[in-house]
Amino acid sequence: MKYLNLSALLIVTILLLTSCSNEAKKTVDPATIHTNGEIDAELTSPPYVPKPVGDRSAKKLIVKMEVLEKEGEMTDGVRYMYWTFGGTVPGSFIRTRVGDEVEFHLQNHPDNKLPHNIDLHAVTGDGGGATSSFVAPGHEKVFSFKTLNPGLFVYHCATAPVGMHIANGMYGLILVEPEGGLPPVDKEYYIMQGDFYTKGKNGDRGLQPFDMQKAIDEKADYVVFNGKVGSLVGDNAITANVGETVRLFVGNGGPNLVSSFHTIGEIFDRVHVEGGEMINENVQTTLIPAGGAAIVEFKVDVPGTFILVDHSIFRAFNKGALGMLKVEGKENKKIYSGEIRDGIYLPEGPGVQTMPSDNKVAASDIPAKSFDEQMKFGKQAYMNTCFACHQAEGQGIPGAFPPLANSDYLNADVNRAIGIVLHGKSGEITVNGVKYNSVMTKQHLSPSEVADVLTYIYNSWGNSKKVVTTEMVKKVKDAK
Amino acid sequence: MNKQIFRLLLLFLMIQPLLNAQTKDMVIIKGGQYIPLYGKKSTLVKVKDFEMDIYPVSNKDYKNFVKQYPKWQKSKAIKLFADEMYLTNWKNDVQIKDTELDNSPVTYVSWYAAKDYCECQNKRLPTIDEWEYVAMADETTKDARSKPTFNKQILSWYETPKTNENSIGSHPKNAWGVYDLHGLVWEWTLDFNAVLISGESRKDVDNDSNLFCGSASLNATDLMNYAAFMRYAFRGSLKANYSMKNLGFRCVKDIIKKDQ
Repeated sequence: MKYLNLSALLIVTILLLTSCSNEAKKTVDPATIHTNGEIDAELTSPPYVPKPVGDRSAKKLIVKMEVLEKEGEMTDGVRYMYWTFGGTVPGSFIRTRVGDEVEFHLQNHPDNKLPHNIDLHAVTGDGGGATSSFVAPGHEKVFSFKTLNPGLFVYHCATAPVGMHIANGMYGLILVEPEGGLPPVDKEYYIMQGDFYTKGKNGDRGLQPFDMQKAIDEKADYVVFNGKVGSLVGDNAITANVGETVRLFVGNGGPNLVSSFHTIGEIFDRVHVEGGEMINENVQTTLIPAGGAAIVEFKVDVPGTFILVDHSIFRAFNKGALGMLKVEGKENKKIYSGEIRDGIYLPEGPGVQTMPSDNKVAASDIPAKSFDEQMKFGKQAYMNTCFACHQAEGQGIPGAFPPLANSDYLNADVNRAIGIVLHGKSGEITVNGVKYNSVMTKQHLSPSEVADVLTYIYNSWGNSKKVVTTEMVKKVKDAK
Repeated sequence: MNKQIFRLLLLFLMIQPLLNAQTKDMVIIKGGQYIPLYGKKSTLVKVKDFEMDIYPVSNKDYKNFVKQYPKWQKSKAIKLFADEMYLTNWKNDVQIKDTELDNSPVTYVSWYAAKDYCECQNKRLPTIDEWEYVAMADETTKDARSKPTFNKQILSWYETPKTNENSIGSHPKNAWGVYDLHGLVWEWTLDFNAVLISGESRKDVDNDSNLFCGSASLNATDLMNYAAFMRYAFRGSLKANYSMKNLGFRCVKDIIKKDQ
């Protein structure tokens, strides 16, 4: 009996010890973390993120965010009335740590038409804050919450009609770093996908109102990173240097579509799956649900332009979900042999990278009324369709694409030029004494767009200043 | 003699607003039944005959009002009844700023001020039901809620900035002969807070299955619901002392039958 008692005691003690050592691993209950002092949160516009929290202690963090309803450009010539948190789509990035007490000030600008609120997925509480933050134009609401769970979380407006507020761009990301902060990296960026629904078709010019029926049907006209087509390409591309580690905070505001986030030419070394604690390694494409996020980390080993896409791929090349990470530095032929060309992805044909409307007839319902408008619309069409091959100043690419600037071939025959835009051209031609032998695909442009783009070309870069009319284009079109 | 003229003048000045407030700027709305979008009882609601101002109250109208009732002047209004934004687009107690138009709708007025204005004209603010009943009409039809074009117009107004700076009456009048219910400014209603929206619309759904909201949108193919819902959401965000840039008002009047 005595022995039995002793051994029972021993077992209990061992159990207790084991469980104690397990307990010791666990961090403290975040709800009980004391805050120490008060700071104003640094808020940043995409693609930038605030400084890492590092090992700072938990604080009272004051976030002041302003709701602005404002007009912006979805893509060249297409305007849209965005509803924003902090003036951008996605909204300002909020960076905090576990145990912070966030005092949130939601300010609704007096010029705004509508009441708004905010639901932060990082909030444990009624409506994610929405219930306490419903605010009329010209007013401010304040509420506070304790950050209990580390991770990358979406915030969005939850005022009725919820879908419409989200579809107009009212979403963003809030990062809650763990105790001690995330491991340091060299570069961090903020990217958020969203789908947009416009009354006109993709590419139709003018101020495009939101289309509720298309949103209900989930037929997006634009799927974009950071609120508009081209927000992360060309001069807006995010950058890194060879050998650096890159961390992308990637969100998906929806409202409808799930993102297949992928970077062409990179493998994600680590992915915080769904923005949480689970780490997946060596990932090609990570799924980001609408209203969800992921933290993606990788080291860039070679220089080049790495294309960020939603690998639901027609969205990338036809609806705008395309960005660029430009990496500079020394080549490493062992890793990659070279021959990377900046921004061109040939299998899809020329020009598709920055252009949302390749495979469709972009019949615009707003024809140019004057020469000035022809030049304006023509330039938009040029930048969308012709720019990638013929370049910004019409200089072309030596050995590949003939120049349009000072072009004897172009100026010699306007009907031939119209025909080439309408029907494409292959085979050898001589331009300014230099032979070219390449393929120009048929361009899917409406007659008025062909007239505008050719007028723009003829009246730029030392060409013959010819004006091309829609009638001239129709004549050539009907002749074939 | 001078005194007499003065008295006559005074008398004239006193009755002038009453003369102006005659029903010449109002139109008779024949009552009826309709199913409102939203409310505790999503059933048929009866609306009695009444008269409605054909225009929202303009800056000019309101200038006359504050001259006569100084307690509603910018510097004198009691803060409990009008927040600090009250008439913020006015230069002083009796003049609007140079950037504003006499003929634009008055905005930055609180519910208390709007209610008192109407009462001083021997009128009152419309109820939500009255307002919504008249606002169902487009230019030709008294209930145009099923017309997609009508709904799109309303929705696109909600997305157009600075419409409060336009003049009253610049849109076509609706089938009742009333102007600007849509397209200019939001308008106060007598019982604006009768339909309570918590601000968390998804929760509203849980509370009452009759309530309609964005997250229940799949049940609703009618786009009108969205436009109207935004009005209810807007009203739900208000307090009676708020004075806002995009919020004005107009008045209505009960019809008292002569032979009664």
